[in-house]
Amino acid sequence: MGASQSGPVYMFQDLAQKTGFSIEQIKNLHNRFMYLTQDEDTLRRKHLENISNLALNPIRRQIIEAFFDKRNMGEKGKGCLQEIGFEEFVTVLSFFRPPKPRTADEDMKNIKKEKLRFLFNMHDTDNDGIITLDEYRRVVEELLSSYETIGAETAKAISDAAMLEVASVTVGQMGPDEFYEGITFEQFMQILKDVEIETKMNIHFWNLDTRTMQCGK
Amino acid sequence: YIYVALFWMLLLLGFCCGMVFGDQNRSDPHDQRVFPVLSINYDYVQMPFEVSLWILLASLMKLGFHLLPVLSGVVPESCLLIVVGLLVGGLIRVMGKNPPVLDSQLFFLCLLPPIILDAGYFLPIRPFTENAGTILTFAVLGTLWNVFFMGAVLYGACRLEAGRLASVDLLSCLLFGSIVSAVDPVAVLAVFEEIHINELLHILVFGESLLNDAVTVVLYHLFEEFAHAGEVTVGDVFLGVVCFFVVALGGVLVGGVYGVLAAFTSRFTSHTRVIEPLFVFLYSYMAYLSAEVFHLSGIMALIACGVVMRPYVEANISHKSYTTIKYFLKMWSSVSETLIFIFLGVSTVAGPHAWNWTFVSITIVLCLLSRVLGVVGLTYIINKYRMVKLSGKDQFIVAYGGLRGAIAFSLAFLLSSDDFPMKDMFLTAIITVIFFTVFVQGMTIRPLVDLLAVKKRKQSKCSINEEIHTQFLEHLLAGIEGVCGHYGHHHWRHKLNRFNKRYIKRCLIGGERSQEPQLISFYNKMELKQALMLLESNSSANLSAGVTARSRKTLNISKEREEEIRKILRGNLQKTRQRLCSYSRHTLKPDAEDDDWSETRLRKQRVEMERRMSHFLTVPALPESPPARRARVESGEPLRSDQGSSLTAVFEL
Repeated sequence: MGASQSGPVYMFQDLAQKTGFSIEQIKNLHNRFMYLTQDEDTLRRKHLENISNLALNPIRRQIIEAFFDKRNMGEKGKGCLQEIGFEEFVTVLSFFRPPKPRTADEDMKNIKKEKLRFLFNMHDTDNDGIITLDEYRRVVEELLSSYETIGAETAKAISDAAMLEVASVTVGQMGPDEFYEGITFEQFMQILKDVEIETKMNIHFWNLDTRTMQCGK
Repeated sequence: YIYVALFWMLLLLGFCCGMVFGDQNRSDPHDQRVFPVLSINYDYVQMPFEVSLWILLASLMKLGFHLLPVLSGVVPESCLLIVVGLLVGGLIRVMGKNPPVLDSQLFFLCLLPPIILDAGYFLPIRPFTENAGTILTFAVLGTLWNVFFMGAVLYGACRLEAGRLASVDLLSCLLFGSIVSAVDPVAVLAVFEEIHINELLHILVFGESLLNDAVTVVLYHLFEEFAHAGEVTVGDVFLGVVCFFVVALGGVLVGGVYGVLAAFTSRFTSHTRVIEPLFVFLYSYMAYLSAEVFHLSGIMALIACGVVMRPYVEANISHKSYTTIKYFLKMWSSVSETLIFIFLGVSTVAGPHAWNWTFVSITIVLCLLSRVLGVVGLTYIINKYRMVKLSGKDQFIVAYGGLRGAIAFSLAFLLSSDDFPMKDMFLTAIITVIFFTVFVQGMTIRPLVDLLAVKKRKQSKCSINEEIHTQFLEHLLAGIEGVCGHYGHHHWRHKLNRFNKRYIKRCLIGGERSQEPQLISFYNKMELKQALMLLESNSSANLSAGVTARSRKTLNISKEREEEIRKILRGNLQKTRQRLCSYSRHTLKPDAEDDDWSETRLRKQRVEMERRMSHFLTVPALPESPPARRARVESGEPLRSDQGSSLTAVFEL
């Protein structure tokens, strides 16, 4: 095990610098990656679907898609990948890293923008840069999908009201023949500026469940 | 403004006269008995009369302060009230009587519970649970540190000083430390309410002041027992630690049980809406009293009861009951707070004092010092585990906001003079500390907050987008934690929510509301609020101005439609005014017309919204769908049934 560590160690250091995690955290994440992929090299959708914790989450489909979305990988690409390596895994997870304590205000703004961009990409499934009414409706439907008795009508009403609110707040005055296309990224940032994303959208990255594979689960 | 001030002075004078002469009225003994056409029998009503007079004084004082905005902008209300209490006490003494002292039983059983219930019922749960670890650390470890540090240093100082202080032993010092180191929720609420700092700091200081009650109760009884017994063994200390857990967890358990009972009772109150608020108050008060019977922490019981019962009770009770509960709680807690501060002032004038420069000055210095050291030290440890670290500014506010208040005074007052011959000295010192923290710290905290540019509380708009995204974030974070295999905060909260939904809500919430997700209730509440706003603003029968001002310019509704709606509104409004509702004490008549009227109104609003939406929102693809939607709306098709049902559910009276 000792000799084969030198390769991954360099990779870890690179990754640590790029994403801001510590070496310890990268190692833990690597172990978790190995656990999820059952010691293969690349992560596929079915690996994530096997996680029992995610099974009861109403928005699991979107969470899984986010891992395979090229827009979150930092390149200018669009579309989705079929499988990702460890580097992409860590890149996606770095969106949830809590900001370091002495971050300057400018950096905080950038961090907030990145996190909001991640959320935006999760909603904007057709990659056209705008969240349309249909896409937003789907978001609300998924949120309510765990309640069996709620029909699609109520979800529609809520998403309509929400879109209307966005339109009123961001666009204001419109002529009688204009249509509201959808929520652009700037408008998205504007309506969510009071929800302190940079402090809320974080998780702790210790105590990862990194036990090695036993037979069965 | 001079007239206002004069008026208050006269009022005070009159009040004191009433207090003084009230006692001196006795009915004439059997003299030549003419038939008494008019006679005075003050004894008959003395108790309730005096109580009402005090409460009236408190309320009038509160009224007065808000008529003088200059004063209330600079000085926090609590300071002004203490000054008023001093004045009243002084006046009573000048008239030769002894002013009443704040009776500890009255304080703990009548004045404190409303404030704590108000705080607990409206406790913001999410920030509280997110910072629960930090709050507990400050409350338990912080208070313990304060107690022992103060006790030890005071004892050392007393040893060194000799003279009158030589008789103060270690146990008394520790007891004094335990009384004076607890941060007081009443004082914190009174001051922090006015400075509007951000949610995090508010919940930290406030949560600490609530939870340290358990520690205070345990230590107080512990040291009192030890002083009484005389001998302290290691076994006793160990029992003390066990006692702490019993007190804290026992209090929470008692509160939880009563909370569940209250929630369960509220499930069946759909036919007796009038007494619904009473259940909330009674169960909570019973929880407090039951906890006090066993020397458990009454405050924690009250908080637990309020927190546990709130989500279920709110789902079950009518809108009017909810408003009643809210306003009664605010009213009682406001009056209680005012009375407490006034009595504090009066008791200062009344109480036996034994001033000792050394003791008092050392106490004040130590209070500040131990608080600062405690906060800084604990934050250093806590920041290792927190995601959002506490900065220096935050630490300063937390340390500076540690105000002492009436609880300390009442606890000191309860000490028996036999075991503690220096009780008077203690009382004097405590009063001085309270005055110092409330006046000096209370007055300067506001300019300091501005100076240090501490983040203020954001105005919370009722925004459906923020609600959607908050929920989305919760699920997202729970999911990412699942991917990482980290069983963290979000994971457990997710599990708790599921458990809650599947089992508990089914038991405690009656009818179909048990299946309602939080987003829907939020949305309904928002609609209700908007509809009520529209109702209020429509009495001038101007539709387009009332409808959300934001889209005022963009409303594109046909003229005859507008007229139609206005006519309906006006007609309904007149109908309501003409009808004289007779009401019995047993039921508020369900106002059937009100129901229909508001539902029609809401339906009209829905129609308007549809119209607006069809203008703004793209309906993708089919070019004929927008006109088709418009056509459907024009024909005034009745709304979809399940929306209607959710509306009627909201409008249950």
